[in-house]
Amino acid sequence: MLSRTADNLFWLARYTERAGNVARGLGVASRMAALTARLGAETEEWRSLVTASGGDASFYRKYEAPTADSVVHWLVFDPENPSGILSSIEAARRNARAVRTALTVDMWEALNDTWNHLRALPPEAMEGEKLADFLGWVRERVTLFNGAAHDTMLRDEAWRFVHLGTMLERADNTARLLDVKHNLLTAEAEGAVDYVQWQAVLRSVSALRSYQWIYRDRLNPRRIAELMILRPELPRSLMACLAEVAETLEAIALGQGGRRGECHRLAGTLQAQLRYGRIDAIMEEGLHAFLTTMIERVAALGGEIDAFYIRH
Amino acid sequence: MGAASSVSQARIAAFDEMRAEDGIRAAYAEIDRWLRATPREQLDAKRREAELLFRRIGITFAVYGEGGDPERLIPFDIIPRIIARSEWERMALGLSQRVRALNAFLADVYGKQEILRAGRIPTALVLQNEGYRAEMVGIVPPGGVYTHVAGIDMVRTGPDEFYVLEDNCRTPSGVSYMLENREAMLRLFPKLCAQHRVAPVGRYPEELLETLKAVAPPQAGAEPCVVLLTPGPYNSAYYEHCFLADEMGIEVVEGADLCVEDDVVHMRTTAGPRRVDVIYRRIDDEFLDPKAFRADSLVGVPGLMAAYRAGNVALANAPGAGIADDKAVYPYVPEMVRFYLGEEPLLANVPTYLCDRDEDRRYVLANLDKLVVKLAKGSGGYGMMIGPHATRDVLEEFRARILARPGDYIAQPTLALSTCPTVVEQGIAPRHVDLRPFILSGREIRIVPGGLTRVAIREGSLVVNSSQGGGTKDTWILEDEGPGEAAFQSQSQSAQSQSQSQSAGG
Repeated sequence: MLSRTADNLFWLARYTERAGNVARGLGVASRMAALTARLGAETEEWRSLVTASGGDASFYRKYEAPTADSVVHWLVFDPENPSGILSSIEAARRNARAVRTALTVDMWEALNDTWNHLRALPPEAMEGEKLADFLGWVRERVTLFNGAAHDTMLRDEAWRFVHLGTMLERADNTARLLDVKHNLLTAEAEGAVDYVQWQAVLRSVSALRSYQWIYRDRLNPRRIAELMILRPELPRSLMACLAEVAETLEAIALGQGGRRGECHRLAGTLQAQLRYGRIDAIMEEGLHAFLTTMIERVAALGGEIDAFYIRH
Repeated sequence: MGAASSVSQARIAAFDEMRAEDGIRAAYAEIDRWLRATPREQLDAKRREAELLFRRIGITFAVYGEGGDPERLIPFDIIPRIIARSEWERMALGLSQRVRALNAFLADVYGKQEILRAGRIPTALVLQNEGYRAEMVGIVPPGGVYTHVAGIDMVRTGPDEFYVLEDNCRTPSGVSYMLENREAMLRLFPKLCAQHRVAPVGRYPEELLETLKAVAPPQAGAEPCVVLLTPGPYNSAYYEHCFLADEMGIEVVEGADLCVEDDVVHMRTTAGPRRVDVIYRRIDDEFLDPKAFRADSLVGVPGLMAAYRAGNVALANAPGAGIADDKAVYPYVPEMVRFYLGEEPLLANVPTYLCDRDEDRRYVLANLDKLVVKLAKGSGGYGMMIGPHATRDVLEEFRARILARPGDYIAQPTLALSTCPTVVEQGIAPRHVDLRPFILSGREIRIVPGGLTRVAIREGSLVVNSSQGGGTKDTWILEDEGPGEAAFQSQSQSAQSQSQSQSAGG
């Protein structure tokens, strides 16, 4: 496959997934802000969301403080934020348009309809009372796109680069979400606010129910960390996402007669580390340090994939 | 898209393709019944449905830098344009003949230059033309073909009067509309389509691919690697590039996807470099290769021309093919037919006055208010004057311009383009149309029965260019037309009268 096509497919999937993740994060944060407003803790919610979306520097250059208004504006509309919902959909569609021929009609229409609808939507329909509905709609559209890709794409290289993009972005997102809350998960104290926070962390990866199904017990920070980092059953855990990345890279290599590079080694190492990792050891080493390293290595993996398949 | 149908507006009675004086023409009988039986609201609903369809599939042409929506729809008219089988067959013979002559001309002017030595075309007009690429002298393209895909713009002024308005030998666009318009009609009006025996156009991409494979360099083997080279998503015809490549199952590449090493072209793939044999290029000559043409080209491939010269890759269409569609060379095409093929031209040219010639210029200046004046190098309907509609000031301005730079201008009589019924604000009304069929040249000439009909939506307007508010229609070539034998007879007869009138008219 053309390297540029692979690149477009990879980023098309990453940006689409990002739009869904931002919507998910924003939904949970506004819910949390409403719950913690009386305790005066809502600013903290908005602050950590901005940090998790990886845009700290540019946000504070433009806005004084993280408030409901500024963060929603930044994460939904602001064209200066390349990771905002509108920017991400725009970027996804731009990538899609460049590789129309590599997409199925269902994928293209899922994305193009989303883009057309967003373009015509007045800002009032994306904020205030309408925000929750809007975010729900974005998540639906991303799910539709992912479903269209999953259900209609030939299982060839095009599919594999799409899948790589989705999984790498998802791994990155889970690591970031968890990292901004690492304090909560390491503190021993257990107040009402903490409990709501733990729920929020799980909700942000749609895993509150999953927790109950797996542990059948009350929320416990160590288990939350274990679920989101190490459990292969949770589709948004680091383990699940990076296993998909490693398998997909392996499938691409097999399709090319065993051609492998640094990205394959790195993906395999990451997968093994998670597969044989233990949560106690991670907590001992320090959750924050572990997650920071993870975020860096996931980024490095993205760079190696690019170096091997795209910009050789 | 495309070039100007400069043949201008005129309130002169235009030929109505549906209505004759004594009733509806046979080919349009069903359409007429359908139009009379369908309430206006239903047509409007279908029109909206069509727009939605086009928007949804993403069939747009890009207009950047003018403000407003950069991805625009070309208005699609839901009433098909019908062409009778005999009319089409006659036209197709003429198109094939014309393209054979154009290819022979190109091979000649970049080879032995016999037509110049014979004095049948002024040497300076060819060799000093900006469409002439001296870089092509001495290169024999694989298969000897130069204009693999030609779009010949046809206009009609009467029952048997068809004229070639202009030739497009470089990178003519619009064929995706021919295909998508048909898809839209089949979806919107399955019953109406079924009532007619319409010649299918869907095999065009296949024919194009075979044409491209046929001109691959010999060393490419049985399965040559064919790619489509596009300037990228900001090009107005980008949708078409992707559409065609998808239909043919080939890669759409940009300049940066290709690299040349040891005079061999490769594309960058995820599995490493892969050799490319044939490039269907949709970028202009001057941007093809910064080493050979414009050094500032960012969309080209450095070293491409060297690979071409070495015979390692085929380019379709060949660089330099533009010399054959120059507006000042156009008047000589009938002469090319006679010179290379030894045949009389089957298709007529619109009489054309070259302002460079003293006698022609005198005539043009004396009749400015009756003529259409065009820039010899222009396209897209820009920089042209339609005499009968021009104000005194504009006429004077053009008079001064022609006197200052006569070589830049040509003039033609104002033709009354034929009309077809079209859905407009006030109801259904006749609007002027032209037709661009696409002619493929590989080992043989192939023409898919049909083409792109462009329609001037504004009342009285004769300018059909999409950049000037023109729309498109589906074009139906009927497989039959009532009594078959009669149709056959009239065909060969009119073919004859056509060529006679041509030779008499000059």
